[in-house]
Amino acid sequence: MSDTKEQMFEKRRKVNQMAIALSMGAMAFGLVWLVWILWDTIILGIGGLNLSTFTEMTPAPNDAGGLANAIYGSFIMVGLATLIGTPIGILAGIYLAEYSPKSFLSNVTRFVNEILLSAPSIVIGLFVYNLVVATTKTFSGWAGVIALALIVIPVVIRTTENMLLLVPAGLREAAYALGTPKWKVIVGITLKAASSGVVTGILLAVARISGETAPLLFTALNNQFWNSSLSGPVASLPVTIFKFAMSPYQNWQELAWAGVFLITVAVLGLNILARLLTRPQS
Amino acid sequence: MNTSSQSSPRKVSGLLDQLFGWASLGAVLLTLAMLAGILVSLVTGAWPAIAKYGLSFLTRSIWDPVQDEFGGLVMIYGTLYTSIIALVIAVPVSFGIALFLTELSPSWLKRPLGTAIELLAAIPSIVYGMWGLLVFSPILSTYIQMPLQRAFGNVPVLKMFISGPPVGIGILSAGIILAIMIIPFIASVMRDVFEVTPPLLKESAYGLGSTTWEVVSQVVLPYTKAGVVGGIMLGLGRALGETMAVTFVIGNMNQLNSISVFEPANSITSALANEFAEASNGLHQASLIYLGLVLFFITFVVLSFSKILLAKMRQREGTSS
Repeated sequence: MSDTKEQMFEKRRKVNQMAIALSMGAMAFGLVWLVWILWDTIILGIGGLNLSTFTEMTPAPNDAGGLANAIYGSFIMVGLATLIGTPIGILAGIYLAEYSPKSFLSNVTRFVNEILLSAPSIVIGLFVYNLVVATTKTFSGWAGVIALALIVIPVVIRTTENMLLLVPAGLREAAYALGTPKWKVIVGITLKAASSGVVTGILLAVARISGETAPLLFTALNNQFWNSSLSGPVASLPVTIFKFAMSPYQNWQELAWAGVFLITVAVLGLNILARLLTRPQS
Repeated sequence: MNTSSQSSPRKVSGLLDQLFGWASLGAVLLTLAMLAGILVSLVTGAWPAIAKYGLSFLTRSIWDPVQDEFGGLVMIYGTLYTSIIALVIAVPVSFGIALFLTELSPSWLKRPLGTAIELLAAIPSIVYGMWGLLVFSPILSTYIQMPLQRAFGNVPVLKMFISGPPVGIGILSAGIILAIMIIPFIASVMRDVFEVTPPLLKESAYGLGSTTWEVVSQVVLPYTKAGVVGGIMLGLGRALGETMAVTFVIGNMNQLNSISVFEPANSITSALANEFAEASNGLHQASLIYLGLVLFFITFVVLSFSKILLAKMRQREGTSS
């Protein structure tokens, strides 16, 4: 009797130890990929990086060159997309948090927004292709900007709403009690109180679209040359990396690693910055 | 006199108030219009293919731009197969990570480790793709695929899954890369729902002498199962719609002759990424958009399911506290 009890206890202990070991293994498994990918990106990326990466145009195969036009295109498109998408996202977030948080419209919007947040980005590309490229009959930087802006909006909506909801109701009530109009309460008080969170959302959105490739493939397309006009095809860093990495040419692959390094540094930098901004004070 | 001078700024303010309200309502309506716009544009863009093939498009395995004959089965198969492999790998690992972060990790390690896993989600998919193609697939080929073929190449049934060229590019490598990409999503949802399990429940179980594993598997997991399934669905939605990482490593070959995981294949997203910009207007383009519509439909269903389950979980969290 006591023997079987001990056996049972032993068995339970063994199962538990195994589970703990597997769990630690899983944690290590996750970290290994992060370290491995970052390691290769840093080593191979710095190897391909030099001054001409920033000053010269994307080259022909087996020719010297850089990524200047792609970096410029990415900057312009990401910048404009953020400028267009952020106000829309913030306004919609304000509506959800401040105007009618419990209405049917708001609930539907929240649901739709969550779907848009995780929807395949290549579908956004198809949408903008039909909307812009097919009607204007040309691939263009503007189409790329619109596609990226459509990805910014849901990210900003969600963080704005969440951050506004964290603002204590007492602040709002105090302001209303002084006779402040609603828009002033929102802009001057609640949005201000939530500003670091909202900025975090914007940073995360910028990080997200900086690495997006799929929605640009058939909107902004690509361009081997410097093009400061957004009404024609524009090169971007992710699409250039895609083209170069898939090619068999040595110099293209080296440039692709340099590009991947730049994007990874930018995206992870933005993410870490966003985290520091919203770190709970403790 | 006095009242009118007071009311005019108030009027201006009232007008501003209305404008601001309308603007924010407009932004909300725009978001809703986005979803509607995506659906309408996909259906109209795909219409020539829908009119010609109807639903039989989903079961036709031919994809021939030269003869202008199209069917989506090959790509749908590739998308589903790679996503399922990704889930098979990612779900147990994510569970282990969530268990570690909530029950085992010393508290000073929780934050850095959690952040590290979340950073894995932040890495752009093109980085995964390029790394997968140039670094990971040669290693997969030499150290996993070739030994597997040597060891099990003659075992019936099993050999069907590992036949084909062990070049490191194909369904298996796409599935593994996808798994790495969705682990952070599933793990962080699981961690968050595990953390809302009332401490009282867990402590009662510990007090009765349960081991950590017993508490997690018999108290935490049953309590959070809606949230856990929601997290898995979220990961599945991500895997189905992932483009760049898959396009790099899946091999981009339209084939359906073998169920081997070593074979190169094609997915909906990789077909779109590779062919769409060059597709001629007409049936080829319409068929690609049809594929996009199918993808959007599948991910919509999966993600809706996920959101409903997670919302249910959150409701419960609200009532229990």
